Amino acid sequence: MIGDELIKIAQAEQAEKAQYPHHIHVCTGTPCLASRSDMVKQALEQELEQSGKARLCRVKGVGCKGLCAAGPLVSVEPDGILYQGVTPDDASVIVASLDSTPVKRLQCSLEMPFFKRQVKIVLENSGAIDPESIEDYIAADGYQALFHVLTMMTPAEVISQITKSGLRGRGGAGYPTGLKWSTVAKSHGERKFVICNADEGDPGAFMDRSVLESDPHRVIEGMAIAAYAIGASQGYLYVRAEYPLAVDRLKTAIRQAKKLGLLGENICGTPFSFNVDIRLGAGAFVCGEETALIASIEGKIGQPRPRPPYPAEHGLWGFPTLVNNVETFANVAPIIRKGAEWFSSIGNEKSKGTKVFSLAGRVVNNGLIEVPMGITLREIVFEIGAGIPDGRQFKAVQTGGPSGGCVPAQYLDMPVDYESLLEIGTYMGSGGMIVVDDTSSMVDVARYFMEFSMTESCGKCVPCRVGTAQMYNLLDSIAAGTATLEDLALLERLCDVVKHASLCGLGQGAPNPVISTLRYFRDEYLARIRQQEVV
Amino acid sequence: MKDRQQVLSRTKTLKIDGHDVSGREDETILDVARENGIFIPTLCQLDGLSAHGGCRLCLVEVKGSSKLLPACVTHVAEGMEVVTNSERLIEYRRMIMELIFSEGNHVCAVCVVNGHCELQSLAQRIGMTHVTVPYLYPRRVVDASHERYALDRNRCILCTRCVRVCDEIEGAHTWDVSGRGIEARIVTDLNQPWGQSETCTSCGKCVNVCPTGALFEKGKAVAEMSKKRAFLPYLTLMREKRSK
Repeated sequence: MIGDELIKIAQAEQAEKAQYPHHIHVCTGTPCLASRSDMVKQALEQELEQSGKARLCRVKGVGCKGLCAAGPLVSVEPDGILYQGVTPDDASVIVASLDSTPVKRLQCSLEMPFFKRQVKIVLENSGAIDPESIEDYIAADGYQALFHVLTMMTPAEVISQITKSGLRGRGGAGYPTGLKWSTVAKSHGERKFVICNADEGDPGAFMDRSVLESDPHRVIEGMAIAAYAIGASQGYLYVRAEYPLAVDRLKTAIRQAKKLGLLGENICGTPFSFNVDIRLGAGAFVCGEETALIASIEGKIGQPRPRPPYPAEHGLWGFPTLVNNVETFANVAPIIRKGAEWFSSIGNEKSKGTKVFSLAGRVVNNGLIEVPMGITLREIVFEIGAGIPDGRQFKAVQTGGPSGGCVPAQYLDMPVDYESLLEIGTYMGSGGMIVVDDTSSMVDVARYFMEFSMTESCGKCVPCRVGTAQMYNLLDSIAAGTATLEDLALLERLCDVVKHASLCGLGQGAPNPVISTLRYFRDEYLARIRQQEVV
Repeated sequence: MKDRQQVLSRTKTLKIDGHDVSGREDETILDVARENGIFIPTLCQLDGLSAHGGCRLCLVEVKGSSKLLPACVTHVAEGMEVVTNSERLIEYRRMIMELIFSEGNHVCAVCVVNGHCELQSLAQRIGMTHVTVPYLYPRRVVDASHERYALDRNRCILCTRCVRVCDEIEGAHTWDVSGRGIEARIVTDLNQPWGQSETCTSCGKCVNVCPTGALFEKGKAVAEMSKKRAFLPYLTLMREKRSK
């Protein structure tokens, strides 16, 4: 594969597209597939065939369009018409409308803030390209960044670009990506590895799944660029087995990239070689912790080990290893293509670029969104999310999953960035955002997350193994109205010990939902306790 | 190992609880503290076995680190200032010990190692007088199918010393941990009765390294069993000598 070939493939794909005046894009992400978008796609193809319009319009399966709550989603390009809740029966009206006015009944306005307020970098191809076609990705400037890096840049220049861009880890903690890359690049080792952490497991989080399902090549390209920068020749994509569609599409993508010489030996005619293999997680949440993930790839029990040494120095099989999240890798190619300055112009002072969130819970527009860092929660919930359904009152947003906390109404105007969220007792996390309204009790929210942490604790260290079980029991009795004030005091003592004495992030983060709800909604806890004391 | 020691033989000076001490670069805070008679409680750690870092009793404060660090795996560094006995650490240790006791069914009065138990004496030493967290009273299965030894999971604290000694010293890897979180428990082979294990060599190393009465010799009555661990440093030393 050389540069000309990339251009040829892109041109051929564009010429192919130009043959059709109309294009119908059907979302084939997991949520839309669950409401049978595959049948919608089939019905559209049949209808085009039967009405003799097969040469006028091409039907294409694409990745996630974001507004998952309104699926199955279908768009008609280049007119930019979006249809929601499409059924196979609607195929005939949609096909009939191709050269006339859009079907009003199904139309979903693209002018609504849900679409207008988003800024797409990671999701720029999601919902626009066919995730199972490498040609489609190449036609959308895909693999250009890899080619450019391999032929025009030194590894040090690549790292410097990533550092300048201000990109920080999207897995949650926000560690500067450039710094991590340069640490691995400088570590001594006969071999080095790149690992993509796709073991997304927070309840209510589906960002990484959507990226992998919608644009798998972008992640592979990011991994290859990282491998070149740090001097690795082997990569692993650690994906949870509960994401079968993502795994299928990644397998297809890897096969296609190998066939075109974009993975394998002597990529783009350079001495650089890189291969990617998939490793499936077997359902343990803790395997998203990098040392547990590495142990799992090595075939050991998925349990974390104390750090340091960090994987950057002593990782997979003892070799220096770069572990980044799916979304972090997905940001790499655009940074190389458009420059570090462009990327760092988006976002705010310390948090650059965009963040993908899965907006879920009690909010009108459930779905996948990408917003610039520094946007306020109010904009996310009330403009993009269109507020709380059924006329209920907003109570809080839970971010960061079981290691995060809640943001109450008084902080709605706070910017969403790494530091601001930490300041008020939650954290960015991987991007799950669950909106809670006044019908839910915050004690129940805390209990729910504690149950999750308890069942997902690996059991290696005492504070997490026993502490989460004890805290869950206490929360359960508070929720049931049988707890005393002494129980509440014990709960707070346990929060302190588990947070500071646990071995890994799972245990250290497990008390956060309790600490955070106690900080902002203590009265809800007291109400349950007082009830019992009155009786 | 030998090369590593030669390369990393530089010495470092540091402070532990205000005392000036020195240690080799490849030594841990725990190694150096013990050498200088400074007490740091441990349960999962055992000389001669790989580090586990699971009991969290050896957590210490290191100046400049926002997190508490386990002394058993943290290497010494030049100018390091370590505190092993702050109020906070003492409180955490006591709470962790209480959690260990609340998790199992530890009844010293009927235990074979009563009076010779590491868990018992450590709890006394760190000043745990009673358990303030509710007991969980789990239902755990006892395995007495082995002809010489028995396993009472009610007394197991999941320190994994048995797992490590069997794997690293005996080379049999009969023991492992099954399940996760509060459901985790040690099992033999693929979770079959110990007596039916095909890999167990009946060497008894696991029994002797076990810090509690979870693994014990049959035929011993209450308080009759004491554990013999001298073999472990001896074996480790002999192996190091031979490899030289």
